[in-house]
Parts: sequence; structure tokens; C-alpha cells
Amino acid sequence: MNYNWDWNIFFKSTGIGDEIYLDWFISGLGWTIALALAAWAIALVIGGLLGVMRTLPNKWLSGLATAYVELFRNVPLLVQLFIWYFVVPDYLPEQTQVWFKQELNPMVSAYISVTLCLGLFTAARVCEQVRTGIQALPKGQANAAMAVGFTLPQVYRHVLLPQAFRVVIPPLTSEFLNVFKNSSVASLIGLMELLAQAKQTAEFSANIFEAFTLATLIYFTLNMSIMKFMGWVEKRVRIPGLMVEGGK
Amino acid sequence: MIRLTNVHKWFKDLHVLNGVNLNVHQGEVVVVCGPSGSGKSTLIRTINQLETISEGEIWVDGKNVTDPKTDLNALRAEVGFVFQHFNLYPHLSVLDNITLSPIRVKKMGKAAAEQLAVELLDRVGLAHKKDAFPAQLSGGQQQRVAIARGLAMQPKVMLFDEPTSALDPEMIGEVLQVMRDLAKSGMTMMCVTHEMGFAREVADYVVFVDQGQVVEQAKPEEFFSNPQHERAKQFLRQLRSH
Ligand SMILES: Nc1ncnc2c1ncn2[C@@H]1O[C@H](COP(=O)(O)OP(=O)(O)OP(=O)(O)O)[C@@H](O)[C@H]1O
Ligand SMILES: [Mg+2]
Repeated sequence: MNYNWDWNIFFKSTGIGDEIYLDWFISGLGWTIALALAAWAIALVIGGLLGVMRTLPNKWLSGLATAYVELFRNVPLLVQLFIWYFVVPDYLPEQTQVWFKQELNPMVSAYISVTLCLGLFTAARVCEQVRTGIQALPKGQANAAMAVGFTLPQVYRHVLLPQAFRVVIPPLTSEFLNVFKNSSVASLIGLMELLAQAKQTAEFSANIFEAFTLATLIYFTLNMSIMKFMGWVEKRVRIPGLMVEGGK
Repeated sequence: MIRLTNVHKWFKDLHVLNGVNLNVHQGEVVVVCGPSGSGKSTLIRTINQLETISEGEIWVDGKNVTDPKTDLNALRAEVGFVFQHFNLYPHLSVLDNITLSPIRVKKMGKAAAEQLAVELLDRVGLAHKKDAFPAQLSGGQQQRVAIARGLAMQPKVMLFDEPTSALDPEMIGEVLQVMRDLAKSGMTMMCVTHEMGFAREVADYVVFVDQGQVVEQAKPEEFFSNPQHERAKQFLRQLRSH
């Protein structure tokens, strides 16, 4: 095979304005990060709440959370994305619909759809991790807290959650990494995130291998940075005297 | 101070408490003993409603515990509970373990709570460990901290569920010493324990429980030297043979 390797490709003009290919990657990376962070924030807040709900004695609340998890975990991510992007907007109020479909920059409306989709999808997974983390704590902890007269919210706030939080850091790290990987579905509805930009570069320049190598390197670096960061967090909150493994 | 009248408890089909009647007056120390599975833990846990009951009444400090209108949290704040497995909060330092509930439940100021905690730690001989974490302490030390944590709420009653049975033999003494001092200071106490020496020395009377019933209730010297019921005799024989 006669392939012409050219690593300088990223500094060459794309032929559109005075952009070089590297600019495309930077812009793509920007979207990917903005998407993943926003989706992760949604997933943490909603998933955390649902996870706590699943451990509550109230059957209605825990049932509601269980239903959520079943729904969002059993429908494939892509199907959910198409629902958020193609179906949900049709059910918005008239004015919002016009705004979302016509006035809004298509890139932004795609961004909103994917962020919601990925955030709510990941929330179901975060919920399960949080629930497992809370249930893994010895029963005696809740007992001890209740025995001194704590209300249920206080039991969670001061005793259960600080411990569960430490237990769930490793599994949540891998969920966070999944958010980055899953964010590439955005390219399917036209959001020009990292993968979409790599594809576009490959098509424009015919330097397929360089384009995807760079994209791979960027994803890899992102992942490593997150792992390093979460490892640092884990170390910072480690409980003196306890073994590292599993936190208890 | 504590009164149980005709208390029944079922776990599904299992009749764990079968008509228990019991009275503990202010300042009394009562030791509860009985074979494994006889319902001792369930019994003591019903007093602060960590376990609900199916039938009967429980009164603590003039309040009907089983009345839905009773503020359970306020009641529990007045009843200290020490667990077999200590149940210290592993993510908090010894000092924070002790100050957490005075600050959060009693709304005590931080400085006052810390001063109280240091006094209590001194009382259980662990003032030098205030900044340690539970996992850095021996079992005996953890249980002494747990007792200090209970006392920090300045309770009217202290309940103990086998406080020494998870400990290595050489650590039992230090915990019993703390409990002895507490008993002598006039605290009302109910202890599930098989420590006969402790019972002899500080208990006002011993309650023997078997199959969810109070089978015998007597002064310690009478109970240990001259048990009335066959099941109590058998239980004491087994206890001594260990
Ligand atoms: N949550 C529960 N659900 C069902 N059964 C239970 C529960 N807790 C206790 N039991 C049962 O109730 C009976 C009494 O238990 P309990 O723990 O009160 O006994 P105990 O006298 O404290 O025993 P031990 O000396 O082993 O601590 C046992 O048969 C036990 O298996
Ligand atoms: Mg027991």
C-alpha cells in the first residue's frame, strides 16, 4: 500500500477561511469537553438523588427510582438520542418549538439534546453505583446514627453519604470515562465534536490515519488525566487506618 | 425509668419476644443474659425503638415509646446505646465521632462539645487518642470511644448490647472498668452481657431470658449461686464450662 504519511497535515489550511485542520480538532475537543462535563453534572446530581432514593424505606420513592433505572438502562443509547433529538422537540410548547428548531444554532440544539440524553442515561448508571455504595455499608452505621436521635436526612448527610462517597469513587471514575466515550454519539446528529471533526478531516485531506491517530491520542490523554485526577481525589479523602481496597 | 409491659414481637412467624415484663428504676444496673438467639438483642433494641414491637407497651422516662405521637428522635437523644461491634463512624476522628451528635442533635456549640468530648475521653482513658481514626484503635479502645460517644449526649439511660463479646480477652477488662465506673456514678444501665464478674459487682439484679421470655429475675448472688429454673441452671453450667 502506498500511503503518504504526512504529520504536518494538521498545520495545513483546510481551504475554508484561514482555518487549519488543528483548529477543527481544537473546536471538536471543546464541544466534547463541554458535552461531557455538562452531561456528567446532570448524571451526578440526578443519579446521586436516585441512588439515595433507592435505599430509602419509602416504597414509593424507591419504586420511582427503580423504574427510572429500568427505563434508561434498557433502551439503547442511540435510540434515546434519536428520541431526544427528533421526537421530544415536537412535544414542546409552540413557541419553544420554533425557537429550538429554527432560531437556535443547529449546533446548540444538537448540543442540548445530547447533553440531556447522555446526562439522563448516565444518571441511571450513577444511581446504581451510589445505591450499591450505600448498601455496602455495615447496617450498624445507620443504627448507631439513629440511636443518638439523628433524623433520616441527618443519618444520610453525616454518616452514610460521606462513607458511600469514598466507596463509589472508583466505579464513578469509570462512568465518567464512559461519558467521554459515549459523547461521540453526538456526531450522529451533526454536533461537530472531536470524532466528527476527525472524520471530516479524514474526508477533506485524505490523511485518514493521521486524523484518527490524533483523535485517539486526544481521547487517551483525556482519559489518563481524568484517572489521575480521580486518583488524587481518592487519596485526598482516604480514611486514615483503613485499607485502600474498597474503602473498608 | 424503663418499663416494659407484656411486650411481644414477631419476625414473621418467629415469636422472638413473648410477653416480656420488666422494670428498671432510676440509678439501677440491670444485667440481661440468656442463650444465643433468646431475644436479648431484640429486647434491648426495642427500648429505643431500633426494633418495633408487635404488642405491649414500653415506657422510658415517663414517655410511651410505642405511641406514634412520641418524638422518637428526642427520646433516642436521651438513651445511649453501645453496640457489640462499636459502630464508630470510620470517616471521622475520635473527637468528631463524639461531638457529632451533641452538635447536630442537641445544637451544642462546637467549642463546648469539644471540651465535653475531651473530658469524656479523659474519663475512659483515651484523651491522647482524640485525633486518631477508629481504624487506628484496638477493639477495646474503640468500644471505650463508643461509650464516650454515648455519654456525650448526657443520656438518662445507657443500654449495652454485649459490649465486650467482640473483643479479645485482654481488652475486656478495660471496657468493663469503664462500665463499672459508670455504674458507680449512678447511671441507669441495662446491659446484655455474660460477664459474671461484672454482674456480681455492679448489677442490682440479673434478668435471665430464654425463648423470648423473662424466665428468672434475681439479685446476682442469688442468681449465680442458686438459680431457680432448670433452663437457668443449664445456661450457667454451659457458661462456666467455657
Ligand atoms: N431482623 C430479623 N429478622 C428476622 N429474624 C430475626 C431478626 N433479628 C433477629 N432475628 C431472630 O430473632 C431471634 C432472636 O434474636 P436476637 O438477636 O434478639 O438474639 P440474642 O439473644 O441477642 O442472641 P445472641 O446472643 O446470639 O446475640 C433469633 O432467632 C434471630 O434469628
Ligand atoms: Mg444479641
